[in-house]
Amino acid sequence: MRSSKWFILVAALALMLGVFALASAQDAQPSGDLEIFSWWTGGGEEAGLNALIEKFKEMYPDVNVINSAVAGGSGVNARAVLQTRMLGGDPPGTFQVHAGAELNTLWVAADKMEPLNDLYEQNGWMEQYPQGLLDLISDDEGNIYSVPVNIHRSNVLWYIPANLEEWGVTVPATWDEFINETCPKLQEAGVTPLAVGETWTQVHLWENVALGVLGPEKYNGLWDGTTDWAGEDMTQVWETFGKVLDCANEDMNALTWQDASRMVIEGKAAFNVMGDWAAGYFLVDNSLEPETGFGWAPAPGTEGVFNMLSDTFGLPKDAPNRDAVVAWLSFLGSAEAQDIFNPLKGSLPANTEAQIDDSELYNAYFQNAYEDWTSNTIVGSLAHGAVAPQEFSSPFNDVIAGFQESRDVATAQATAAELAATTMTAGSE
Amino acid sequence: MNRDRVTAILMLTPSVILLAIFVYGFIAWTGYTSVTDSNLRQQLRGETAEVVGLKNYEDLFTGLLNKRFRVDMTNTVFFTILFIVACLGVGILLAILLDQKIKGESVFRTIFLFPMALSFVVTGVAWKWLFNPTSGINVLPTVIGLPAGQFQWFISEDRWLPFNWHDLGFYIALILLGMALLFTLWQWSKKRSQWAAFGAALTLLLLAWVTLGDPRSITPIREDGHGFNVALIALVVAAGWQMSGYTMAMYLAGLRGISEDLREAARVDGCSELQVYRRIIFPLLQPITLSAMIILGHISLKIFDLAYTMGGGNNLFIDMPGINMFFTTFRASEFGRGAAIAVIMLIMVAVVIVPYLYTQLRSETHL
Repeated sequence: MRSSKWFILVAALALMLGVFALASAQDAQPSGDLEIFSWWTGGGEEAGLNALIEKFKEMYPDVNVINSAVAGGSGVNARAVLQTRMLGGDPPGTFQVHAGAELNTLWVAADKMEPLNDLYEQNGWMEQYPQGLLDLISDDEGNIYSVPVNIHRSNVLWYIPANLEEWGVTVPATWDEFINETCPKLQEAGVTPLAVGETWTQVHLWENVALGVLGPEKYNGLWDGTTDWAGEDMTQVWETFGKVLDCANEDMNALTWQDASRMVIEGKAAFNVMGDWAAGYFLVDNSLEPETGFGWAPAPGTEGVFNMLSDTFGLPKDAPNRDAVVAWLSFLGSAEAQDIFNPLKGSLPANTEAQIDDSELYNAYFQNAYEDWTSNTIVGSLAHGAVAPQEFSSPFNDVIAGFQESRDVATAQATAAELAATTMTAGSE
Repeated sequence: MNRDRVTAILMLTPSVILLAIFVYGFIAWTGYTSVTDSNLRQQLRGETAEVVGLKNYEDLFTGLLNKRFRVDMTNTVFFTILFIVACLGVGILLAILLDQKIKGESVFRTIFLFPMALSFVVTGVAWKWLFNPTSGINVLPTVIGLPAGQFQWFISEDRWLPFNWHDLGFYIALILLGMALLFTLWQWSKKRSQWAAFGAALTLLLLAWVTLGDPRSITPIREDGHGFNVALIALVVAAGWQMSGYTMAMYLAGLRGISEDLREAARVDGCSELQVYRRIIFPLLQPITLSAMIILGHISLKIFDLAYTMGGGNNLFIDMPGINMFFTTFRASEFGRGAAIAVIMLIMVAVVIVPYLYTQLRSETHL
């Protein structure tokens, strides 16, 4: 009797102590500097990042957030700075990286990243993130290496519905239809059928032509080695790409992607293939209403396929102030953070718990795209680092630039094939 | 050793050490990197780069994947020639005009010199706007009712003087052998020595082999078309606009250094004004032309910012080795190949600079 009373007392004390210890552990909030490295320096991206940082500061007032963003589209300059810092042993707290090859073939392969599986399990994210996305940010053993913030779609064809009606054309379902029917009809009417911009937008177009001609299976085969770059299918891709370029504006090299989108808005061109960041350009910069003011469809031949890219943040090994980074990543992956960031940036939330149905946050385009995201076949974008290492994608820009000038199918195919042979194997090591 | 000498050595030592490390040390390091297969992946894993000999150079000059480098080399040669000619021509014209003792000379001088105060980035952006084919200076003629200009400027895809890269060796061999033949024949005509005869016979034989035989079969026959990219004209105009004020200043200083007595003397001897320039002034300006060529030459060989801001980095029609070097090293992360491009650029600049420095140093010690 007596002993059992003692036992209860001791047990109660221990429990209290335990609770106290737990509480104090939670009280030990991260403090110090947290450096966030990204290439979000303008427009909605910057606004989104700043809103995230503001919210994070409310939650963790002791952390001093350092926003070290490096300007340059698609992160070209940021990556150069990041590489130098990582080589010099001076990693930032956390850095932005595209999901897929950019993360896996370089940083993960070089053993520079910490797996985040614990974080995913603590927050219940294993169920909240789609498996296809988790595969892109994991290695073969199932270690997850980054936290995705958003999803963008690459294969979108943009147009102005009223203009199409006026010119009497419909949205082409395949590239063949575009080349043989839509393009000549528009050219007769004196309209540029397709607006294209500088080289990276041509690569962007190329990947969607390839996807449309090959279909998702063979497109994926390009990156895992099962599709032959020198084969007949690829000859067809290059030939189609050449004919598509013949339907485009001649001053493409002088235009940014916004300039190309503006050609569509001003009625100089009928269509434009661009990622869905263009939705923000139509909507915010040009005050067009989704569906009535501007329309969209999957790029020709890619119905039922979602060509995706995703911005993620990872935890480098030896990151300064690891606790603060983990706190930031826990916040970043939450549905709440994604609902703050994505409506401002104009992208889909990666976390499926996000309030996608809230039309205050996400407009008609994104609700429509989200349906596709959850139901379509998912493939990764070449132009945005998801499927190929940068040893491939940087020189591939030159291949496209050369082809754009010469339209020489044989040379382009041979060059691309050799490039794939020399760089993709290095990537899968 | 006297005190002065010790002080001098003490004063010079720090800068000598810094130069040795940060200039010559790093040149040597770049040279070493260029013969390795160093890349980012390797460095991150902490592996050491393997020495691959001249493979990077071979790839650059012949590899299928490195056509961009050969485009750059062609562009550099054409750009350098045109840029120097434009700057010298415009510079001397402005200098002669200003030398006519006109009113407000200093105002004009300042105006012409101003562009040099800008960075090439500013020049690049401003001229990119001006050269935009649909909204820039092409529209100007419409103001007075003429049709708009059709030239595409920096995005023009026209190419003049087309040649196949793999024939380049043949042409160079032809030129070199032709020069050697002339030289030996000239030697022979001066002094009928055995050596000269032997040399002439040998070059003649080599020349016959190069033209009649087919040494081209040694290199793989592959179409690798290059030529003068017309888009470079836009680059030349922008760069010339910026630098011709500088050559004007140099020439103006030179003109002021020619004493009025000389001109007067020539005029008294019955020279026309044109002859004064041809026979008296231009010959006296020769050293200035040489200095200007050297300075302009090394600017154009290293040019990066202007071509980068105007072309965005991927416009191969106005691409330059500097941009390629940056992209190869920091975007494709192929440090070895990037270093090889850097070394080739260094050699090109050295070819221009070293003889100049050599003659300068020699003339200084003569003083």
